[in-house]
Amino acid sequence: MCPAMIEIEGLSFSYPDGQRALSDISLRVEAGERVALVGPNGAGKSTLLLHLNGILRAADGAIRVAGVALTDRTLGQIRAMVGLVFQNPDDQLFSPRVFEDVAFGPLHMGLPEDEVRARVERALTAVGMSTYADRMSYHLSLGEKKRIALATVLSMNPRVLALDEPSSGLDPRARRSLIRLLQGLDGQTLLIASHDMRLVRELCPRMVILDGGAIVADGPTETLIEDSALLEQHGLERG
Amino acid sequence: MFLKPILAMHIPDGFLSAPVAIVGWLVTAVLVGLALREVRDRLGDRQIPLMGVLAAFVFAAQMINFPVAGGTSGHLIGGTLVAVLLGPWAAVLVMTTVVAVQALLFQDGGLLALGFNVFNMGILAVFVGYAVYVWARRALGAQPQAMLIAAALGAWVSVELAAMATALELAISGTSPLDVALPAMAGIHALIGIGEALITVGALAFVRQTRPDLLGAPSAGVARQSALIAAGLVIALAIAFASPLADSDPDGLERVAEDKAFIDKAEDPVYEVLPDYTVPGIDDEALTTIIAGVIGVLIVAGIGFAVPRLVRLNAPEKVRQQQ
Amino acid sequence: MYRSFERYQPGQSPLHRADPRVKVVVTFALIGGIALTPTHAWPAYPALWTLVAGLAALARFSAWRMARLGAVALPFMLAALPLLITVPGPAWTLGGGIAISQAGLARFVAILLKSWLSVQVALLLTMTTSFADLVWALGSLRVPGTLVALIAFMVRYSTTLGEEAERLLRARAARSAHAEGRPAGGTLFWRARVAGGMVGNLFLRSYERSERVYAAMLARGYAGEMRRLTPPPLSWRAALAGAVPLLWLGIVELAAMLWWQ
Repeated sequence: MCPAMIEIEGLSFSYPDGQRALSDISLRVEAGERVALVGPNGAGKSTLLLHLNGILRAADGAIRVAGVALTDRTLGQIRAMVGLVFQNPDDQLFSPRVFEDVAFGPLHMGLPEDEVRARVERALTAVGMSTYADRMSYHLSLGEKKRIALATVLSMNPRVLALDEPSSGLDPRARRSLIRLLQGLDGQTLLIASHDMRLVRELCPRMVILDGGAIVADGPTETLIEDSALLEQHGLERG
Repeated sequence: MFLKPILAMHIPDGFLSAPVAIVGWLVTAVLVGLALREVRDRLGDRQIPLMGVLAAFVFAAQMINFPVAGGTSGHLIGGTLVAVLLGPWAAVLVMTTVVAVQALLFQDGGLLALGFNVFNMGILAVFVGYAVYVWARRALGAQPQAMLIAAALGAWVSVELAAMATALELAISGTSPLDVALPAMAGIHALIGIGEALITVGALAFVRQTRPDLLGAPSAGVARQSALIAAGLVIALAIAFASPLADSDPDGLERVAEDKAFIDKAEDPVYEVLPDYTVPGIDDEALTTIIAGVIGVLIVAGIGFAVPRLVRLNAPEKVRQQQ
Repeated sequence: MYRSFERYQPGQSPLHRADPRVKVVVTFALIGGIALTPTHAWPAYPALWTLVAGLAALARFSAWRMARLGAVALPFMLAALPLLITVPGPAWTLGGGIAISQAGLARFVAILLKSWLSVQVALLLTMTTSFADLVWALGSLRVPGTLVALIAFMVRYSTTLGEEAERLLRARAARSAHAEGRPAGGTLFWRARVAGGMVGNLFLRSYERSERVYAAMLARGYAGEMRRLTPPPLSWRAALAGAVPLLWLGIVELAAMLWWQ
């Protein structure tokens, strides 16, 4: 049986103050799949994403990305494979210029300069911002920042793209172009945590419902979204 | 765990003797009082939200580190950075707030020792760093990176001097012999200062590219004040350093009290005014030197206070408003 | 990762309910008194400890717990270690040519005890007094209003900005990857510049946040001064309660200076 892109087994995590955030999470995502993580606030969606690249470490459970187990030693390797885009792009754009922010990942990996330039160019083109390389990240609009934030992660050529609330705060036009962008990423394994059910319907054939730190449903979006009782029970709307 | 006291400059309680700690409080109270006045005049009602939030910024910024080598990391203290961004007087208040909250809430540094902790990290570091910055910036003239180089220099010097002052205060208290404390603090902080300089420069470069409107050139009056105050403080420290109180012998105050013969030669009128005054634990001679030191610093503070008045009489300065 | 701000342990003990102004003044006085204790007045230290233990009991904290917490400043003792060999005077010789100065050891132990006691006193204050009350007490004790306001603002926004710094650090960690067979991490200068950029980013966000805070304050009538309600006068009972530990301190210190040296 070939390894899945993401394998999470029995993951449990509590915050230092004792609050339980994740209970016995098990999830398997195949290469190229597009999965939505939905659930009410506080369900543990962001927490789960932060485990995927080892920013949070669980006491119980195992995580494997493309067959590589997540351990202290493989952190660097895993982070090259899992591209995590945070909810607030201001937290992700910390270089003065767009170019530098997008180049950070490849530079940290020690890639040669011309490779770095090529990757930055490709990443910016992929998000439709190839003319923005010399702009100041700080001055961009929210929609532009979100795309740049995505580019900062794409430049690392990740096997998995994990996005935390990608459409939050975006006006309808920016939202539209973001959805188009994500749709255009052929073959990319996607894990999207979102409240935006319409985005979920458009982008993700599979939906995982998280509530109170546990997975309460995992199945085809088309089916689950028709179950209004289920949705309501877990603080969701059909959208 | 044991590296922490060397890397952090917050002196806990019990390490400074009572007279030294009290001098620290007096000096700091005077200078912070001055700063309160200066800032009120310059910033107007904008001051509290600006400085309060920026004090929180310094606290948060101290969490941002970068790996240096083998598990150690460099991070920021912040005095010079804030001084370049807000001017030295506001920086004094910001750093005072940071150090005070660290002591009050986290026991990072003692309460009695708070006087000198604020002095080292919030006053000395700020004025020396700023004075060096202004001087270096002028000296570098039209160099493209004058501001950044000057800030790096200021940051490094400020950390060094604060460390040296800490060693001095410990020595005078009889806690740490000067010939061990000074090289240790100065040596280690020479490295830490590099980290401070690098992050300061990185932050300023970011701000300069993104919001250059926030970086004003230092006003002549403030520059002059800072130079005077920095010079005065350094001179006061040098005097304390050279005085018998800071003798290489670790006894500090206790040794001086015993060494009457040495001190009698340096008798000065103040000694006669307080002939039989004895404070438990220390002797008259030590008290004399301390009082002289305090008077010296108060004179400097007085100059620092008088100069802006004189400057304003000659050339009325507009109140500098941050937008 | 940033520390939570509340050392405060809510409670209803006599110490919790004591007037915060009295608590602040007594705390400073006690720490000052501890500092004044002559080095060789050995009986003073257990006498002072009984005072600390008594206050801990008043707060319904275990004295042993306070003793443990008081050890937080001990790593700093490294700075005083040289005293053991550098203070002139009679010494005890241990094997191998090492001699420990008696005066130096006395001084070292005195500093250790003073520091340990002082930290416990400070902790008693912060553990029994909410931050709001502490700030109020400082203001009532004539600490300049601006400083008090700055302290209050700083604590208010430190959690928020601390979380932002935390997220910046996570974002950096998320992109700090290793590629096969290559040294990762870039140069020291580059790493420092990135850290600097993060600090600069945080600064701008803080600065702009402060502008929004200012606008909100203006909208609610702020004109430069933080108004405070007049503090109630100090009650006799509160003053008396504060006098007791001070009296005990005075007795101990007097005895220390006159008889115990």
